[in-house]
Amino acid sequence: MVVILGLFLVVPIAMAFWVSVSDWRGVGNPMTGAARFVGAANYSDVLLGDGLATKDLGRAMRNNLYYVLAVVPLQTILALTLAVLVHRRVVAGRGFFRSAFYFPSVTSSVAITVVFLFLFSATGAVNRLLAVLGVEGPNWFADPRGVVHLALGAFGIRAPYESGPVLLGLSWWNWISGPSVAMCVLIVLAVFTTSGTFMLLFLAALQHLPGEVEEAAVVDGATPWQRLHRITVPMLRPTLFTVITLGLIGTWQLFDQVYTGTQGTPGKTTLTPAYLSYQTSFQQQEWGQGAAIAFLLFAIIVVSTLVGRWLLRERDTTAPHRLRPARRPGTGSGS
Amino acid sequence: MPQPPLLRLPVGGRRRRTARVGGVAVVLVLAAAACSGGTGFTDETPTGADDGVDDGTVTVLIGSSGAAETEAVEAAVSAWSSESGIRAEVIVAADLNQQLSQGFAAAEPPDVFYLGTDQFAAHADNGSLHPYLDALPQAADFYPSLLRSFTYAGTTYCAPKDFSTLALIINTDYWAAAGLTDADLPTTWAQLREVATALTTDTHVGLSFAPEWQRIGAFLAEAGGSLTSPDNDRATVDSPENLEALEYVQDLIGSGVAAFPSTLNTGWGGEALGSGSAAMVVEGNWIVGAMAADFPDVRYRVVELPEGPGGRGTLQFTNCWGVAAGTDTEAAVELVADLTSPQAQLAFADAYGVMPSVATAAQQWSGDHPDQAAFLAGADYAHGFPSAPGAAAVLADFNAQLEGLPDADPADILASVHVDLQAVLGG
Repeated sequence: MVVILGLFLVVPIAMAFWVSVSDWRGVGNPMTGAARFVGAANYSDVLLGDGLATKDLGRAMRNNLYYVLAVVPLQTILALTLAVLVHRRVVAGRGFFRSAFYFPSVTSSVAITVVFLFLFSATGAVNRLLAVLGVEGPNWFADPRGVVHLALGAFGIRAPYESGPVLLGLSWWNWISGPSVAMCVLIVLAVFTTSGTFMLLFLAALQHLPGEVEEAAVVDGATPWQRLHRITVPMLRPTLFTVITLGLIGTWQLFDQVYTGTQGTPGKTTLTPAYLSYQTSFQQQEWGQGAAIAFLLFAIIVVSTLVGRWLLRERDTTAPHRLRPARRPGTGSGS
Repeated sequence: MPQPPLLRLPVGGRRRRTARVGGVAVVLVLAAAACSGGTGFTDETPTGADDGVDDGTVTVLIGSSGAAETEAVEAAVSAWSSESGIRAEVIVAADLNQQLSQGFAAAEPPDVFYLGTDQFAAHADNGSLHPYLDALPQAADFYPSLLRSFTYAGTTYCAPKDFSTLALIINTDYWAAAGLTDADLPTTWAQLREVATALTTDTHVGLSFAPEWQRIGAFLAEAGGSLTSPDNDRATVDSPENLEALEYVQDLIGSGVAAFPSTLNTGWGGEALGSGSAAMVVEGNWIVGAMAADFPDVRYRVVELPEGPGGRGTLQFTNCWGVAAGTDTEAAVELVADLTSPQAQLAFADAYGVMPSVATAAQQWSGDHPDQAAFLAGADYAHGFPSAPGAAAVLADFNAQLEGLPDADPADILASVHVDLQAVLGG
């Protein structure tokens, strides 16, 4: 076990870390004198510089942040909803629905990306459907406009003035752009493919919940919504934590769809840190910066996992208390 | 996104359960970050068999445009192999840049490989290339402008294997339908705008080209602009000439007589022309093969791009035969000398529609391909890719901004690209 962990986990991470603080340029083994120690230079180049490397990281962070903020809640809610629906014993053909909802998850993400590229092309199925409804759909994968900018634009608000870069080389107007139209397609794609997996997790947990509590609530006269909101979801908290954690990790590592589908286009609005790390290393031979970006991504994932854990932390309340809503207002446990 | 593994949660007290879930999460995070490390040096290089460091086999890694190119290169390499008695093997890369990078990182690079102008400077800069040009018997025959793309810090490293230029491709049926004749072929920007307007109908636009420097750069060249000074010392992006070019392009798009291929629901200019969505496109030699394969019924002709305020201008695209430093360089250079000979290059030109990189083969190529003379004419005034490490990233950023050109301020675009390019040129 120690050998396996060491070989496949500790050594690669240590080597990647060494690369991130070295000037290795991709020729020869970085451990044998081909690279020199340069301290935090790679990190400061991508974080504090005023050049393209910093701007690209800023864009990638922004894009991925909006992606995470959209995908994690949507897929969690959708997965929970689907699980509750197919868990009910009364649903006819629930075996079929379970398989159907899980199906996107077992399909190769590359295949689904390609299908989506066709569905969302300028005259693809989605836009034809919208045309039937009298809506002129955008040219999805070629549209770099951010949805927040579009929404503001609808009210006549344009970039008020050029404020200059505030963080990672982007101006605050660029930070608030929201996901681009193209990124929205990737968001839909992610929710579509991963909800089935998480539905399965919720379903497994639902099946292990004691039936007596539910029955007691029915006897007490709780409505179905109250039973879901006050009993089922709080009891699913460990699963909820797992789903959100896996969701955060997976979404921050968005790579496949970008690599196979958009390559960061349009207008670098689907650039993500994982893809940027790959591109910086393999295309630009800036391996130190690429590794530094990977470690920054790692730090972000750890921090967001810890934040998620803190938000979903166990409080000294028990389920029965939660049946009295007035008791603890604003606990905001996310349940 | 990688599919997350299914987890069975450990049973136990509620407190402990949370703690264990946390532990599992941390392990997952670690594993996940290791996966996304982006450093391939622990990977076996997928370049296949031995690389000829000691066993005398010359490996040739190519990024092929299709079966025709693969077969042509394989035939040429095996002919050389049987003549010289040195074993050689052609490997077709799925992702050339990545496989090349992994080869160098693992210290097992291929001996000979395709190297694009955008990748060249980074590889020259990190010492992975063997400069062999002077050892070639035909060194003096290569077009100087092509060699400039493979010169870094005063050293010309590798021999261009062939090249392509941009020209104006016209759908002749649409041209005749609009009542245009040979006398109307555009020679100035104003005339280009006129014919584009005349060719624009409800079903197709007059002109199409992709929103990237690799097409719009031709307009910059015609305006007299450039990206860098001739010696690649400083950036010259933020110039009145370039601004005039971008404003001209913006006006073409804005007035509806020109459109990007993506807005015509096509992937590139050739598809826009072949599908009939555009009457004229700005594309290079590769369009000939693509039209023959995908749209054999569409009739078209190739003419030189019109002159801009700065005279004639176009862009050239080339790859070179890179030779890895420190491997079996002698045999590798011999092979390259053979592959860049006029005869070999003319065979490649016939097989997959490129132009020979040596001027000595130009006359015969023109005789063989009279309908494509406009591409070769561009060799005299074409601009190439700036050879500086990091320039590829700057141009990628330029392209990202050009996608928004219809709504953007061209001066802002040029100013930001100028600063970034100057930074990588060492300003």
